[in-house]
Amino acid sequence: MGLLYGLIAVGLALIFGLMDVTNFAHGEFLMIAMYLSFFLFAFFAIDPLLSAPLVAAALFIFGAVVYLLIVRFAMRAKANAGMVQIFTTFGLAIVMRGLAQYFFTPDYRSIPQSWLGGKTISIAGIFLPEPQLVGALVSIAAFAGLYFFIHRTDFGRALEATREDPGAVALVGIDKNRVFAFGWGLGAALVGLAGAIMAVFFYIYPDVGASFALIAYVTVALGGFGSVFGAFAGGIIVGLVEATTALVLPPSLKSVGIYAVYLLVVFIRPRGLFGSI
Amino acid sequence: MDKEFAARRRRDLIIAAVLAGIAALTPLFVKDVVVQNILILTLMYAGLSQSWNILSGYCGQISLGHALYFGLGAYTTELLFTKFGVLPWFGMLAGGVVSALIAMGLGYPFFRLRGHYFVIATIVIAEIGLLLFHNWDWAGAAMGITIPIRGDSWLKFQFLRTKLPYFYFALALCCLAWFVTWWLEDSKWGFWWRAVKDNPDAAESLGVDVFNSKMGAAAVSAFLVAVGGSFYAQFVSYIDPESVMGFQFSLLMALPAVLGGIGTLWGPVLGAAILIPLTELTRFKFGGSGRGVDLIVYGTLIVLISLALPRGLLSLFARPKKTGAAR
Repeated sequence: MGLLYGLIAVGLALIFGLMDVTNFAHGEFLMIAMYLSFFLFAFFAIDPLLSAPLVAAALFIFGAVVYLLIVRFAMRAKANAGMVQIFTTFGLAIVMRGLAQYFFTPDYRSIPQSWLGGKTISIAGIFLPEPQLVGALVSIAAFAGLYFFIHRTDFGRALEATREDPGAVALVGIDKNRVFAFGWGLGAALVGLAGAIMAVFFYIYPDVGASFALIAYVTVALGGFGSVFGAFAGGIIVGLVEATTALVLPPSLKSVGIYAVYLLVVFIRPRGLFGSI
Repeated sequence: MDKEFAARRRRDLIIAAVLAGIAALTPLFVKDVVVQNILILTLMYAGLSQSWNILSGYCGQISLGHALYFGLGAYTTELLFTKFGVLPWFGMLAGGVVSALIAMGLGYPFFRLRGHYFVIATIVIAEIGLLLFHNWDWAGAAMGITIPIRGDSWLKFQFLRTKLPYFYFALALCCLAWFVTWWLEDSKWGFWWRAVKDNPDAAESLGVDVFNSKMGAAAVSAFLVAVGGSFYAQFVSYIDPESVMGFQFSLLMALPAVLGGIGTLWGPVLGAAILIPLTELTRFKFGGSGRGVDLIVYGTLIVLISLALPRGLLSLFARPKKTGAAR
């Protein structure tokens, strides 16, 4: 579970952490991905595992379009840029939730029979549910890929440079909007991947994103803004803390443990565990 | 303080008095209960947003967790009322004090944080409060508290036949929050807050007590918001954790101020006067279908307004500043 939180969070880490743009619609990106995965299954009988790349690709386009149509203008705001970003993305989240209610109805849906659903695998006597296991593996692969991408490729460097000094970047011929649109697309694609996997074992409904979004922010902040590895570590910590809290406290309080750990961490290290900004 | 500033402050006070007078007379002409309801909510959110603006606008510490204080105000009042029979008036005061103390207690560690880390911490603490109340059986847990009807009087602050007293209380609350802001704007605190907002490090080096001025702003802000929460609880006469401490309240307090002009005296009032009727009307017009049309309209409005007017509606009225002239 922790790795899945990590996967949701890493998309946000890319947007929120590396580009320093608040995205309050991140949970809704997840929701859209889950619905896409559901409909691909319901109408074309494509298993979520197979459709995951399709969903990720669709979300990539969606993320880039959202950036070009909305966020680009929010970032241009001359005064209280932070608030403008918070409220435009929050407004977007409300619209997306409304649209989902309108078109998909507020009913709870789930994918009944997929390749992985409900199966467990036994490794050295420990039974693990298969979907979560696959999710974990995909997460690790995605993290490794992203880490490599940010630190070893020209694009990753361009992204970091653009955040640090858009003016200077423009001087050396990098189109800021192109870089950021690509970054948003990538962030959305990652959350799309997470959504596709989660669609297998979670109920799908218009408000589903809200419950994961806050945990994703906490995960990113816990790891520290500006760090991919931080989001990964944050995800694992959040997963472990949640599991431990569930043992001690009633299940409805399991998120309290996560929040408490966040507060504790930032009081000791005001920039998160691995934060650079 | 130069003359221009003093003149502006006098003018603000007169405008406020006139507006309050007009507002006080509206119930004479507006008999429709639905409209009265909207007016009450508008005044309440104007007051709440004004209070939020003290900490987040003037002092620059963006809090998205003020729902915590709203909920604490509501719960303190109602727990005292239902369990111990304490009159809501005292409950209101108690709620305010409890919230102010908690705000200061939280401020102690929180104000070391900056930027996103601070904002997320405020969201998280409100969420913890929400979850705790959800699981606190004595306080009704997820079922909440239904406020019993014990009378129809100002003494009990319960009115069965008419909404008018609620209207006047909401108006008074809004005026109080405005007046406190007006008064603090020109005090030592007001200047400190603006300094802290603009550049905390420079302010510190010039002898501003940054930490304590943040604490002061948090306490005043939390107190007023909690009084608003107490009022809301009496007004709707049923509370549960989600309906008084949910994240949406934190946003609904922030939105009018942001919309009208954050960190300004008139921004929250103006923002609430436009936003809340719009919200309520879209809900009224499109909400019944349960198909989310109200959400679509509302969300689109927020996106468009915050994109079009990043400095708030007040920036439309601002005269171009004379260069070189001292403000």
